Amino acid sequence: MWKLLKIELFKIFKRPRTYIAFGAIAAIVFLIQIALKYDGKSYIDLLLSNLSGSFEFNDDFKDKLLNGYLICFVILNTLLIQMPLLIALISGDAIAGEANMGTLRLAMTKPISRTEYMLVKFTASFIYTLALLVVMALLALFGSMLIFGTNDMVVLRSEGIEQIKNFDVLWRYFAAFGYAAVALTTVSALAFLLSVFAENSIGPIIATMSIVIVFTILSEMNIPIYDETIKPYLFTSHMVAWKGFFYVKANAEGTTINGSIENLPAVLRSLGILIVYIFVFLGTAIWVFRKKDILT
Amino acid sequence: MSTIVSVKNLYKNFKEIKAVNDLSFSVEQGQIYGFLGQNGAGKSTTIRMLLTLIKPTSGVIEIFGLNLQKHRKEVLRQIGAIIERPDLYKYLTALENLRIFAAMSGVKVSEKKLLDQLAMVGLAERAHSKVKTYSQGMKQRLGIATALVHDPQLVILDEPTNGLDPQGIADVRNLILQLSKEMNKTLLISSHLLSEVELIADSMIIIDKGEKIVEGKVNDLFDPAETIIELKTIDDESMYEKLTQSSLESFVHGKRNDCILLKLHRQQVPDAIKQLVNMDVPILSFHSKHSLEDYFLSLTTGSQHVEALKN
Repeated sequence: MWKLLKIELFKIFKRPRTYIAFGAIAAIVFLIQIALKYDGKSYIDLLLSNLSGSFEFNDDFKDKLLNGYLICFVILNTLLIQMPLLIALISGDAIAGEANMGTLRLAMTKPISRTEYMLVKFTASFIYTLALLVVMALLALFGSMLIFGTNDMVVLRSEGIEQIKNFDVLWRYFAAFGYAAVALTTVSALAFLLSVFAENSIGPIIATMSIVIVFTILSEMNIPIYDETIKPYLFTSHMVAWKGFFYVKANAEGTTINGSIENLPAVLRSLGILIVYIFVFLGTAIWVFRKKDILT
Repeated sequence: MSTIVSVKNLYKNFKEIKAVNDLSFSVEQGQIYGFLGQNGAGKSTTIRMLLTLIKPTSGVIEIFGLNLQKHRKEVLRQIGAIIERPDLYKYLTALENLRIFAAMSGVKVSEKKLLDQLAMVGLAERAHSKVKTYSQGMKQRLGIATALVHDPQLVILDEPTNGLDPQGIADVRNLILQLSKEMNKTLLISSHLLSEVELIADSMIIIDKGEKIVEGKVNDLFDPAETIIELKTIDDESMYEKLTQSSLESFVHGKRNDCILLKLHRQQVPDAIKQLVNMDVPILSFHSKHSLEDYFLSLTTGSQHVEALKN
């Protein structure tokens, strides 16, 4: 299995298209960092404009606000919406791409079980997803920490603002990146499943993105009847739950409690739902592939 | 000589289409076995079933004496195959492709052995070139190298000369003969280019519409009782008239491509020649036309011939 996995990873990282995603992430992160480095204050003013009626913010506070942690939060908010496309580029290609190239039939004449083949392919896609996230973490988190420095992190919420102490932030990012890995693996599993049905990778990539977009729209719609009937079961409703790691509990005086998470059960429930989705998508993909006649 | 491949009562239906219909045949050790049929006859479907790419609707496939469904991995470990086109990873080099397929076959092959394998198919100098820069013939040879990289006992080649130029076809033919004679491999080769199979196969099966039409040794099948004579004379029109009114009338089979066709038993040929000479027929050429191609066409297009041969 390890030998096969090495082969799959070798194949993935030998393809030029693999690096499109890494390049895209690097470009977006650098563009955001450069923009905020030179015009960060305008951005902060814009963020605080909704709160300025009830709060007064001096320049010193604004300077502290514009630190590496906040920049990473902004980047995460932006990139985690775009990343499913980058994930689908590889996962949607996993089986369909082999079918399109004609190498699937050759691979299936080798003494490898179809289940083993699928598990290896999926694991390789998962490792690629992790690699993307690691690059993103390095650039968005550590890059921003280097460029903008660190300070207490301020999270803007509809109810107001909350301040997380400098020393209490980093673990939250690790948790958020871990959660994002699961969320993106769900997208990867969906693209992987669709890849089994297709004979070229364009179909699964477009289908994955269409499903993610439609589900995201449904997740964001404020229609009461959907709130309990549909939204809780859409994986897209749970993909943004990583933000939960940055929502902290406050004591009676309104001071945030270090190391706390406001609603950990909700975050864990969302995580559980995503994991169930991954197993359902992957299990279905393996079941279909085992029964499939390879005619390409 | 032991049986390497044994197929019994194999069926494959794609919804209402019967792609393979009650097919049985066997391949003996060391043979080059030709698997013949027109396009769409069911050759590739059968080969895909032999390689577990397609599940049979019913029937039994045993390879090396093992049930293919139950012992898939053990059996596939001993098989090398190309199915239709030799599609490989175009963005990788020949050596990388070979290394990948060797690893997938479960064997560890040294760099030297891989290069030897490429040398055997004449690609040693292009070992480090990406496959996308290869010609069709080179891809075909590399495909054969990937099929052989794990030293399999049975080699299955589906249309191995497809898309090749005459030199490429000759190269592949020689390679197949080398594998059989020098390396003692058992080969199952499908083709619709019957002249190719005629030159290399020991035994063969002809299938049409998924059904076996005939199976046997090429030499036996190639020597049937009847033969077609293509007779060319100075004046075909009048000679045709003359022959239809002579004692040779019952042998006249028609006209094709400016030739008069006579259908005779082999033993009748010398007498027929004598009679033609006695009748002063101005013969330009007298050609016993019986290639495997004619045989194949007679089997797959003429149901009367088929029935006759079956009986």
